[in-house]
Amino acid sequence: MSLPTAASTTGGTSRPPVVEAAGITKRFGATTALDGVGLRVEPGTIHALVGRNGAGKSTLVSILTGLQEPDAGSVEFSGQPAPPLADRTAWRSIVACVYQKSTIFPGLSVAENLYVNSQAPGRHLIRWRDLRAKSAELLATWDVDVDVRIRAEALTVEQRQLVEIARSLSKGARFIILDEPTARLDAAAVERLFARIRALQQQGVTFLYISHHLHEIFELCQDVTVYRDARHIVTAPIAELPHAELVAAMTGEKAAEATDPRPPAPGREAPVLSVANLTVAGACADVSFEVRPGEIVGLAGAGGSGKFAVANAIVGSRRPDGGTVQIAGERPRRRADVAYRLKAGVGFVPEDRHREGFIPDLSVAENVTMTVPQRLERNGVLSTRRRNEVAWQAIERLDIVPRRPEQAVADLSGGNQQKVVMARALANEPRLLVLMAPTAGVDIKSKQTLMNAAAEAARAHTGVLVVSDDLDDLRYCHRVVIMFRGHVTGELKGEWEDQQLVAAMEGIELTS
Amino acid sequence: MTDTLTTKPDGTTDAARPGSRGVTITLARLRDFALVPPIIAIIVLGSILYPAFRTQATFTDLLSTMAWIALLVVAESLILITGRMDLSLESTVGLAPGIAAWLTLPTGINHGLHLVPGFWAVPIALAVGALVGLINGFLIVRLRINAFIVTLGMLITLRGVLTGISHGQTFFGLSGSQMYLGSASWFGLPASIWVVLIIFAVGIFVLAKTRVGRSLYAIGGNVDAARAAGIRTDRVVWTVLIIAGLLAALAGIIESGNLASVTSNLGSGRIFDVFAAAVIGGVSLNGGKGSLFGAFTGVLLLNLIFKVLTFAGVPNQWFDFLNGAVILVVLMGQRIVGGRTDV
Repeated sequence: MSLPTAASTTGGTSRPPVVEAAGITKRFGATTALDGVGLRVEPGTIHALVGRNGAGKSTLVSILTGLQEPDAGSVEFSGQPAPPLADRTAWRSIVACVYQKSTIFPGLSVAENLYVNSQAPGRHLIRWRDLRAKSAELLATWDVDVDVRIRAEALTVEQRQLVEIARSLSKGARFIILDEPTARLDAAAVERLFARIRALQQQGVTFLYISHHLHEIFELCQDVTVYRDARHIVTAPIAELPHAELVAAMTGEKAAEATDPRPPAPGREAPVLSVANLTVAGACADVSFEVRPGEIVGLAGAGGSGKFAVANAIVGSRRPDGGTVQIAGERPRRRADVAYRLKAGVGFVPEDRHREGFIPDLSVAENVTMTVPQRLERNGVLSTRRRNEVAWQAIERLDIVPRRPEQAVADLSGGNQQKVVMARALANEPRLLVLMAPTAGVDIKSKQTLMNAAAEAARAHTGVLVVSDDLDDLRYCHRVVIMFRGHVTGELKGEWEDQQLVAAMEGIELTS
Repeated sequence: MTDTLTTKPDGTTDAARPGSRGVTITLARLRDFALVPPIIAIIVLGSILYPAFRTQATFTDLLSTMAWIALLVVAESLILITGRMDLSLESTVGLAPGIAAWLTLPTGINHGLHLVPGFWAVPIALAVGALVGLINGFLIVRLRINAFIVTLGMLITLRGVLTGISHGQTFFGLSGSQMYLGSASWFGLPASIWVVLIIFAVGIFVLAKTRVGRSLYAIGGNVDAARAAGIRTDRVVWTVLIIAGLLAALAGIIESGNLASVTSNLGSGRIFDVFAAAVIGGVSLNGGKGSLFGAFTGVLLLNLIFKVLTFAGVPNQWFDFLNGAVILVVLMGQRIVGGRTDV
């Protein structure tokens, strides 16, 4: 790619950029999260920052909001060097970030949320009536129609975001970072949010807009910066970067496509998994597909597509509201829980490894064998020797480092923790392997190891369901079922281009 | 991007091979044995200062007086490892033998009901303990009420039941079966000591070597991950609460047999000692960490210190102060010397 960098679209202005970051490098242990990247956002623009998982977006956000210091490089706001990390007030008056995760206090009123820790001027006692009046005035200024007396937990996602934006504006910030703001909004709310952002832009507010939804970026933003694998790939006006080129910048050189990693196509045996008309209220509706033994099927979709709800219903950790999930040979049961599905031959990697994947204080050996105590038992007593044997198989099969079964999983790197979770899923030699975001936040080498282990399982006749939006993961699939906003919207078989897949996940038709 | 932890300076990674049973003393192990040196130190100190301390009688007496507390420590440790807590154990200790006495003792001065013959006393007491655990489980597991407030409520309620049925007085003249465990002697040692040793041995074995034992650590360490690993977490937690109730009832049987009576304040105010012994012994209040061996060293250390203080002639009136102070000092010591962050 050779595109002009840092092109100004506003033209004519002599004002310095709202943000100018240059040569930013940040390492976490052996992992390089950002490798000499830059970012330049012109005043009054909406600037998109895109890149796949692990590209370094969230690390950049934490540096731009003063939560972390870069190892190298400089950050300037409107020509002034960034304030010291400890000076939170100064940071708050410059930049604010509305995260996917809420940063409001659910138990406090909207009014108090707007003025947390500054409820009363000076050292006076709090005067609630004044605080409410002040808050109402603030929300009215930015045209937010929310009753300041209600508790924040009663707000919708949309209202909550608006309150958070108003709160940052009240601190003086005129540069706002929006991190995946539409992930939990429906289409109408997205339109209203966009109208709001444009209105604020008219009033001189500058935005950095982070999203996986490329159509939103084309609709809303003026400039775009692409990161890939911790590097700065390109910055350009959105008008000069056609859709296909943007996707290419995100995914890297397509020419470098290696050999097809997929195991041989499966035969036409009876499916090991049949999902029929599956509905999970508020997440997905009427989803149907099958997985055959030895087949690797992708279940792909962007945030809010409902793919994880489908996966959790399959493995028994979420109760479906309608439809059926049938594992081959399993007696149908409405209230199938994880233990029941495990017995039926399902192994799985959960969506969030920190929350559901492992017990941090227990050893690698214990975590790996957690699903298969019966294999370690003799007369009801666990054999440490057998446990270590199983653990050693896992360590060698998945190349877990350090090579010590007794090591606590908490001390392992993210990639190796995920290998432990994968080993746990493989330990009971499942007939169906469900992998949810199996390589999220994992380095490239571990990614390959993890996915090769899945492919190996498929060669051994296991049906594999890869639930992911990671293009590298999906390369291993014989076919990919695509979901968008809760529904199956398509399926790709055989050969496909990455652009096709990305476009389908974003819910847009690619015109080429 | 790859991890380079393969070469540890101590070379332990190279030593470990499939199937080998190399002796690797991990930090977790050290944590279990942390109190052994101070225990030895106190025994040595006591023996030097007070020749009478060195006799077998001292230790027999020590172990039999701490027997019932030790059983409560087992019960509490199991619950803490599973990531919950139970304050009501101290009331179960009194209520279980109290109900047994109430139902079996003759009417009259003892305000018993004499509904069933005396040999029912022990089964009744155990049933009461199990029932308390069942109710705690219903409130904590099924209704999902916070364990602290549930068991605090149960602590007061159960104590109130005992006060009510006993009219605030003492049940005495207990039946022989109810007295047996607290007063009998097996192979030259009080039966209560054997019971405690057997329960600890079984507990240590089950926690280390069976799948249900390991599932307690999994649940206490990360309940979502345990559920995702196919462990029926609610069922296990509920079972642990019931077992804890049973152990508390057993503690009550032993102590009432030892005292040959059930006072209406039996066990009252002792739950802090129970928590303290478990925590000092390495059981984490956050769940998922600790062992019954460690908990045993905790209860042993605290009781040894008191034995020495008794020998030193410290007046009784100061015991509560010293009890609290010793516990706080040990906790501070562990935080500062050992760097434990979970006490």
